[in-house]
Parts: sequence; structure tokens; C-alpha cells
Amino acid sequence: MFYRENGQFKSSYRADLALFPVAQDRWFMLAFAAIAFVAVPMLASDYSFRAVLIPFLILALAAIGLNILVGYCGQISLGTGAFMAVGAYAAYNLQVRIEGMPLLVALIGGGLAATVVGVLFGIPSLRIRGLYLAVATLAAQFFMDWFTNRVKWVTNDSSSGSVSVNSLQMFGYEFNTPTQKYLLCLSLVVVFALLAKNLVRGAIGREWMAMRDMDVAASVIGIRPVYAKLTAFAVSSFIVGVAGALWGFVHLGAWEPAAFGIDKSLQLLFMIIIGGLGSIAGSFFGAAFIVLLPLLLNYVPHWLGLSISTATASHLEHMIFGALIVFFLIVEPHGLARLWSTARQKLRLWPFPH
Amino acid sequence: MQFRNLARTAALAAAGLSMVVAGSLAQAQPAEQFVPLLVYRTGQFAPLGIPWADGKQDYLKLVNARDGGVNGVKLTYEECETAYDAAKGVECYERLKGKGSGASGFDTQSTGITFAVTDKAFVDKVVVETPGYGLSQSADGTVFEWNFPLLGTYWTAADVMIQDIAKKEKGNLKGKKIALVYHDSPYGKEPIPLLQKRAAAEGFELSLFPVTPPGVEQKSTWLQIRQQKPDYVLFWSAGVMTPAGIREAQASGYPREKIYAVWWAGSDHDVKDIGAGAKGYNAITLHNSAAKDKVHEDLKKLVYDKGQGTGPADGIGSIAHTRGMMISMLQVEAIRAAQEKYGKGKSLTPEQVRWGFENLNLTADKLKALGFGEVMRPVKTSCSNHMGDDWARIVQWDGGKWEIKSDWYQSEKTYIDPLVKEYAAKYAKDKNVKPRAC
Repeated sequence: MFYRENGQFKSSYRADLALFPVAQDRWFMLAFAAIAFVAVPMLASDYSFRAVLIPFLILALAAIGLNILVGYCGQISLGTGAFMAVGAYAAYNLQVRIEGMPLLVALIGGGLAATVVGVLFGIPSLRIRGLYLAVATLAAQFFMDWFTNRVKWVTNDSSSGSVSVNSLQMFGYEFNTPTQKYLLCLSLVVVFALLAKNLVRGAIGREWMAMRDMDVAASVIGIRPVYAKLTAFAVSSFIVGVAGALWGFVHLGAWEPAAFGIDKSLQLLFMIIIGGLGSIAGSFFGAAFIVLLPLLLNYVPHWLGLSISTATASHLEHMIFGALIVFFLIVEPHGLARLWSTARQKLRLWPFPH
Repeated sequence: MQFRNLARTAALAAAGLSMVVAGSLAQAQPAEQFVPLLVYRTGQFAPLGIPWADGKQDYLKLVNARDGGVNGVKLTYEECETAYDAAKGVECYERLKGKGSGASGFDTQSTGITFAVTDKAFVDKVVVETPGYGLSQSADGTVFEWNFPLLGTYWTAADVMIQDIAKKEKGNLKGKKIALVYHDSPYGKEPIPLLQKRAAAEGFELSLFPVTPPGVEQKSTWLQIRQQKPDYVLFWSAGVMTPAGIREAQASGYPREKIYAVWWAGSDHDVKDIGAGAKGYNAITLHNSAAKDKVHEDLKKLVYDKGQGTGPADGIGSIAHTRGMMISMLQVEAIRAAQEKYGKGKSLTPEQVRWGFENLNLTADKLKALGFGEVMRPVKTSCSNHMGDDWARIVQWDGGKWEIKSDWYQSEKTYIDPLVKEYAAKYAKDKNVKPRAC
């Protein structure tokens, strides 16, 4: 009833290729953007910015990056944490070593450094695939763990191996309050999400998907595996690197190598599997699931007025979280994004299904 | 089927949204003072974290039960599980910093979390107390206005260990080999600058053996130690790494009497299961946390016998539990000191409590009255000295219990002070912090 597209005619190819061909979608996204950019900054508390929204946005960005590689190009990677680390440490070094470095340039620089490392560790993907490639990218993870822990230069000779960033400034403008940081993250996420969405809809995205579905057939019809796979690695690690730099700079402020350990890689992989492989929206759903659900479970006993010990609450949280992951994977193996699209299909016919 | 799932998803999403909007939980009543308790009862450090967390909470319960709070102001508290993870720790910090009249002080229990919240504390104006851990240079109160590494830092710990070794070697360490086996994290790396400086001055050879966290696998490290035969091993470990390391030392035949563990690796749970195998294992104590005093009896009588204890009753008196109580006691005394200035019987803001931390003066008489006379020596902080007075003793495991082996030590200020100044100045420069005049 509310979601019918009757009467919406597409009279040009341009209209047919639009990002949101259905008018309701367009309005919904515009309203959503308005809420995110205007209403949330006015209403949300400092706590929800710093502990909920900012980590959610940054991890969603990293998940988009990983989704390009795993979901669209079919190259399983366990090295996401490493690429985030490259982004974060490269941005840190740019900021520390060059006086007055604008934040945005440092973030992009972090992304570019991650691109180089990503392509380097992507080269084995030309020969090996599947689980074997996953193990090869695991090498990237261990290498970066070692590199950031052992090479003094990376941490600017910090005695403890922990680094911290000073003020976040860009062309004389400083990002101090949580609201400003939130808006910075939100803007970057919106830009990169649109970029990624358009990339995967274009020629290059189709090449990635062809490689994913059957690489031999793809190369027979003239897609160069080297180009397709390495561009996927490059674009993916660029986005992941920027997300890593944001995670270090905006969310943590000070971090140790453990912040980008194998846990982070696995967490991101779970995110895109639960959210939906090969879906940009799925990256957001997955990030929301992984970031918000543990917090929610943590709060539930408080709301119910139960006084259970911290340890029990923490164990319960892990158990319920694990059970929910299994539940969602059984009910919808294609992730939350598929649930969303099924809901949309139903809504189009509601209230008069066939 | 699909619709039911959808409904569930929607419900979940709605609940998530309401949480975002609701933000922090309900506010506390007036005339209460809120103490946030960051703890880790799960994860690789849980063996250490559990008695520590129990001790912290037990002492607050004791103050409420014995004295009815601080001058009538009841202490409220809430635990938040960090699992020793910096991101989770930051979330806990954000969640608890504004509760009640403001968080009285964060004992983060982790060097990593301390790093992450130190920068935020400058902006939020809340105290970060790190008794016996944290950033060693934060002893400099002119730069680190909000940090209080009370009682001692890793630099003072390392210094005291070297002093005790020097005593055993009759004052001459020239040509000796000392190894540092450490948890490869900011926590484990913290003593290195001091040890390097000491090595250069005394002429001993320092070799470093990082152990990848969580440190369950240490075979290769102890094999190397067996080959290199260092005269002493300093053991910077925590949680599951400690018993694993002692077992490897036992297996490779390295004498346990030559091992010196930092205070976080020297508690009962670290050695109890190994028993006689750990005989001779040395540990340094923060002040004298191996001792027992009146506070333990009070706790048993007023809290545990009424069934309100946080942990198991046989945990009372273990080193980690006592240390937890000491930390809470310092927090409570800071509140008391601040109340004397800003009004007795009132809830205080974090900034007011900070004044209390900076003007702590725990004399021997006061400590005796609190039941900590045997456990601690007097401590006095000031605007420039946020550590107060560091004291430490060496204890040794005799196979069944800890024995106090040495007299009181205090760190050698000729080594510590310049290092604190140098690193604090570097921090101030990096962060554009203008040091206060004291």
C-alpha cells in the first residue's frame, strides 16, 4: 500500500540505472540522511556518540571495504586487522612527522599505504584461492602484528609501543566534541558507501562478481584475473585502511598493536557474513549487529532490575550473542541484508498478496 | 516463518534504537558518591582480575557497612566488564563517567585502557588512578593533572628489583646478565627504559624476551634462557602467562629463586597450583600487600559473615584481593580529603575528588585506624608528585605461602626522577599540554 511503485515510469536509461529507482526508497534514504546528519547530532548524548555511533560507523566502513573483497570478489581475507593497522600507523606517522598535517590528508595517506600493502599481499591470490588464500592473508595479519610491535620507527620510538594522536585538525578547524567527530565519520562513511555502491554496479564490480562466481569462465570471456583481483584488493584495503585510521584517531585516540589483532579481522568477517556477503547495506546491518547487540545484552539486566554479577552477565552476553549468530545464519544464511530485501518484496504487495 | 523473523528483527532494531536515545541510565540520589568499577572477570587476565575486583568492591561495602559511608555519604558503585580490551574499556569509561555526581575516579586495571582514557580524562575532567601500573611518567603532576599512579609505578618496581639483586650480589652488578621476560604489550614494555638506564650505570647486561600475549606458549623463550643462562630473570607477566612461565622455568631447570616477578605476577593464584614447584619464586609487593591487618577482620565480620561478600571467603587476605582493597581505600580517602575542603556529607564532583587525590596525606596513625597499618606505609601526594611515596618489599613463595623476605625498599630517585621528567616533557610537547605551575 505504502510501497507500491505503480505509476512510476522510467522513461530514460538514466532513470533506470539510478541508485534508488523507486521513489519511496529515495525519500526514505533522504529522510534517513536528514535524521543522521541533523536530528541525531541534536538529540544523542555524548555516550551514544562515543560508545555506540562512532564505533558503529567506523566498523561499518571497514565492513564495506572487506565486503568488496570477500562478498563481491570472492577472495576470503583474514588480514583485515592488518590492513586497518597499516592505515592507522601510516596516518599516525604522517601526522607525527609532518608538522600541521591536515587530518583528511593523513587519513587518505593511511588508506593509500594500506592499498600498497593490500595489493602486495593480494598477489598470492592469483595462484591460490579459497581457504588457502585465507591462510595466506593470515600471514599479513601476523606480519603486521610483528611489524608494529617490533619496529621502533613505526611507533615513533614510543617506549611502551603504544601511540596516541594529538589534536585532530584540518585547515584550522579542530574536531574536539563527539558531535564533530561523529559528523566527520558519518560524512566519510556516506562518501565511501556511495563510492563503493557505484563501483560494484559498474564494469569493475561486474568483473569482480564474475571472478567470484567462476574465475575460469570469467577469464574465458575476457576478464583479466590479475586486474580484477588486484583492483579488488586495492579498493578494499584502501577503504579498510581509512577505517583503521579513523578507528585509531577518532575512536581510540591512543592504541597499542593489540587493537588491530586477529580478533578484529575475525570480527569484521563475522560482520559481513551475518550482515550479508555481497551487499553494501549488509555491511551496515552486520556492523550494527556486532556493535550494538553486545551493548544491548549488557544493558538488559539493568533494565529488568536484575542484579546479576558482572562475570555472569558477561558470560551470558557471550552465550546469547553466539546463539543469535547461529540463529540468524540458520534462518537466513544470506544475512540480514537478505531479510531486508525479502521484507521489501513483501511490502510491495502488502496488504494484498497473491 | 519469514514474517515472524522479521518481527523479531524489527523488535531488536527498535530496542537498539531506544537504547541509543536513552543514553545513560538513571541518575543516583543526592548525598551519594559514585565509584565506577572497571573490572575484568573474563578473558586472559581473569585469574588476576577476579580477586582484584572482589577486593575493590568489598572495601566499598565495608565502608558503607562500618562507617555508613564517608561522613554519611553512601558510596554507590557499578561494575563494568572490560575483558582487558581497550575498546571495551573506553565504552565502560564513557558509560560510567557521568553517573551520580560524576565518577570519583577510574581504576582501569589495565595499562592499555589507561593509555586510551588518559587523553579523554584531560577533556572530561575525571581522575584516572593507576596504583602500581599505568604510565610511569604520569607521576609528574604538573603535566598529568588527572592521572595518579599512586604508591608506585613499573619504573619503581624495576628499580627495587635491581636494588634487591644488587644487595644479593654485594653491590656489584658488573658483567652480570639480567633478562626481562615480559608480556608483549605496553604493560610489559613499560619497565624497559628504566632498566636500560640502570644497565648502563651499573654495567650489567640486559636482554629482552618478549612473550606474545596471552603467553600460554613460552617454550622457546625459556629454551633461550636456558642457553643464555642469565643470572636473574625479571618476570613482567600477568594472568595466565604467570603459571605457564613458572612451569616452563621448572621444566627447563631455571632456578625459581633467581626469578623476580612484578606485583601483578605475584599473587596466590599464580603459584598455588604449582605449589612446591614454585618454591623460591620471588615477587615484589606494592607496599606490603602480603600482610594482614585489622581491615581483613572487619571485612570478615561486617561483610562476609552477613553473606554480603563479593567473592569467596577464602579469598580474603590473598595478595590480589588486599591490593584491590588498598586501591579502593585510596579512592575513599581521596573522597574524604576532598570532603574536608568542599563540605562534609556532600556529594562531590570529579574535579573536587581530584583535589582530594592531590592532597592525600595518609599518616601512620590514619592507616592504623583504617586497619591498614601493617599493609601500607604512609603516603603523601602533592601537586607535582602524583605518585606519593613508593615502598616495596620482596616476598618469596615457600611452597605453601608467601614469606616476607626483605626490608622496605624505596626506589632510587636519581634514576627515576629524570626519566619521569623527560617522558612527561615529551608527552606535554606531543599533546600540546601546558604544564601547570606547582
